Amino acid sequence: MSDRESRLRALSALRTRYAITLTSAMIVMYFGFILLIAYRKDWMGALIVPGLSWGILLGALVIVVSWLLTWFYVRWANSYYDRELADLQR
Amino acid sequence: MTTFLPAWAQLVQTPPAAVVDSSARATSIGQPNSLAMAFFFVFIAITLGITYWAARKTRTTEDFYAAGRSISAGQNGFALAGDYMSAASFLGIAGLVSTSGFDGLIYSTGWLVGWPVVLFLIAEPLRNLGKYTFADVVATRLRQTPVRIGAAVGTLATVIFYLIAQMVGAGGLIKLMFGLSYETAIVVVGVAMIAYVLFGGMIATTWVQIVKAILLLGGTTLLALMVLSRFGWNPIALFRSAADRFGEGVLAPGRLVTNPLDAVSLGMALMFGTAGLPHILMRFYTVPDAQAARKSVFYATGLIGFFYLMTFIIGFGAMVLVTPVAIRAVDAGGNMAAPLLAEALGGTAFLGFIAAVAFATILAVVAGLTLSGAAALSHDLWVSVVRKGEATPTEQLRVARIATVTLGVIAVVLGITFKGQNVAFMVSLAFAIAASANFPAILLSIFWKKCTTLGVVTSMFVGTISTLVLIYLSPTVQVDILQHSAAHFPLKNPAIITIPLSFAVGIIVSLLSEDPVAQEKFSEMERRIHLGVNA
Repeated sequence: MSDRESRLRALSALRTRYAITLTSAMIVMYFGFILLIAYRKDWMGALIVPGLSWGILLGALVIVVSWLLTWFYVRWANSYYDRELADLQR
Repeated sequence: MTTFLPAWAQLVQTPPAAVVDSSARATSIGQPNSLAMAFFFVFIAITLGITYWAARKTRTTEDFYAAGRSISAGQNGFALAGDYMSAASFLGIAGLVSTSGFDGLIYSTGWLVGWPVVLFLIAEPLRNLGKYTFADVVATRLRQTPVRIGAAVGTLATVIFYLIAQMVGAGGLIKLMFGLSYETAIVVVGVAMIAYVLFGGMIATTWVQIVKAILLLGGTTLLALMVLSRFGWNPIALFRSAADRFGEGVLAPGRLVTNPLDAVSLGMALMFGTAGLPHILMRFYTVPDAQAARKSVFYATGLIGFFYLMTFIIGFGAMVLVTPVAIRAVDAGGNMAAPLLAEALGGTAFLGFIAAVAFATILAVVAGLTLSGAAALSHDLWVSVVRKGEATPTEQLRVARIATVTLGVIAVVLGITFKGQNVAFMVSLAFAIAASANFPAILLSIFWKKCTTLGVVTSMFVGTISTLVLIYLSPTVQVDILQHSAAHFPLKNPAIITIPLSFAVGIIVSLLSEDPVAQEKFSEMERRIHLGVNA
């Protein structure tokens, strides 16, 4: 196996690790939210301050954190992953 | 013309600070609204203008299916958002939140969480491996004919059910808002959508989606800002006012999630179904490279997330400013909450604008669906299966256009056939098929070296058929539609069974069968996933 090929394989494995870790984070976060709604209704309905329940805060956070995770991945891919690819193509 | 000015003047003036109880006020919803019609015809005129411009640029199949791969990441981000944000999610979620509070927000989050999955697992490999459809990706190292047939079945099942839901929703919505007859509404939607796709292909479809996304995001932002202006620009003050008037229960989970298995099952369909929706996946071929595909999902997720956060404000805004009683009085399902809120805050003019935006929203979604269905019929079935890839470019384009008209006519006919039927479940059915048939096939074929043609194809058919059967046996069809006393299958959404089943079948059949070509081509495919076609 050439050096170039083994570097590509390593990079591919790294990207797959990122993909799986970040997807798992999404799964844990979202289904955690759903299971809290299903099994901890009282707690989700409890108010942090008048007008804001844990449920509403966490719901908004699921949306914001999902977007931050895409930002995190894109930042990594745009810098590290793309630079390595450019290196490999040289 | 005389009705325009006072209404607009009213919109521009600062609304009175006091919260008016509008429940007693009559609404003009359901009567022909000339302003709404005017806005709508402006939208049609602009989009047909775009189509005319796009038609002159559409010469090759690459233009027709993939807009010549010339769409930028930012444009594609807006187009993805425009392709995805449906009228059902805008009107439906606003209605659900305004009448039942927190429970509606479960949908707001559910509709978003599929997007990061699309980015992490699908977008870049898809862009680098395929040409026009997701079947291209699955067929990269597997045998063409069976894979194309399996993928086309999954695509068409997803597209048709989604189309029926959109068409029937459009007919009802337009009847409710514009006072047009149901059939007229369906035909107007059908003709406009066929015109966009037939003449302007992906270029026109993309720009219709971009215009729609800007209108929908602009409209909801304006609506949310007008709500917030009444509550000192503080969302928490709005939620608090809702809790003061309707009880703290509106901020807490209620009856929607009574069966946790059902909730998780629906969540799985939404999360993994997004990554298997053919009209969404097709959009990744419109950008020049994998990096643009990646960035476009980031933009789309931001736009769609922002939109769903706005539904928090609009839903609770409608609850406080319109009241659930008044909303249910107009439409028992609550679907008119956002238009009613617009009317309460900005008068008939703003109602007309929001109604036209909802109509535009439907058009952009059905155009995207029709194009992806046409691609499955022509690119996957005709060109790859029937003609074994031997069709000339002229023939490919002609077949694509015939397929577009065929699908458009089918959509209109089905839309009229299903008039008055409860088709809301068809959206979750479309997502469940996408999640159980399309998503596992894509994932297995790009990430698992040992998968075989037989394994992946069996998985696609099992995913589609098991979803259809379990939905038929579910309470949604057996109890709600067929009026039986009980259902044979307890869950409303089958994804929790069908996704694992489809993966399991794909893996077991692959392990039991041989496909040396598929294994040989794996490293070549892996290289292409990262380096693109030119590597």
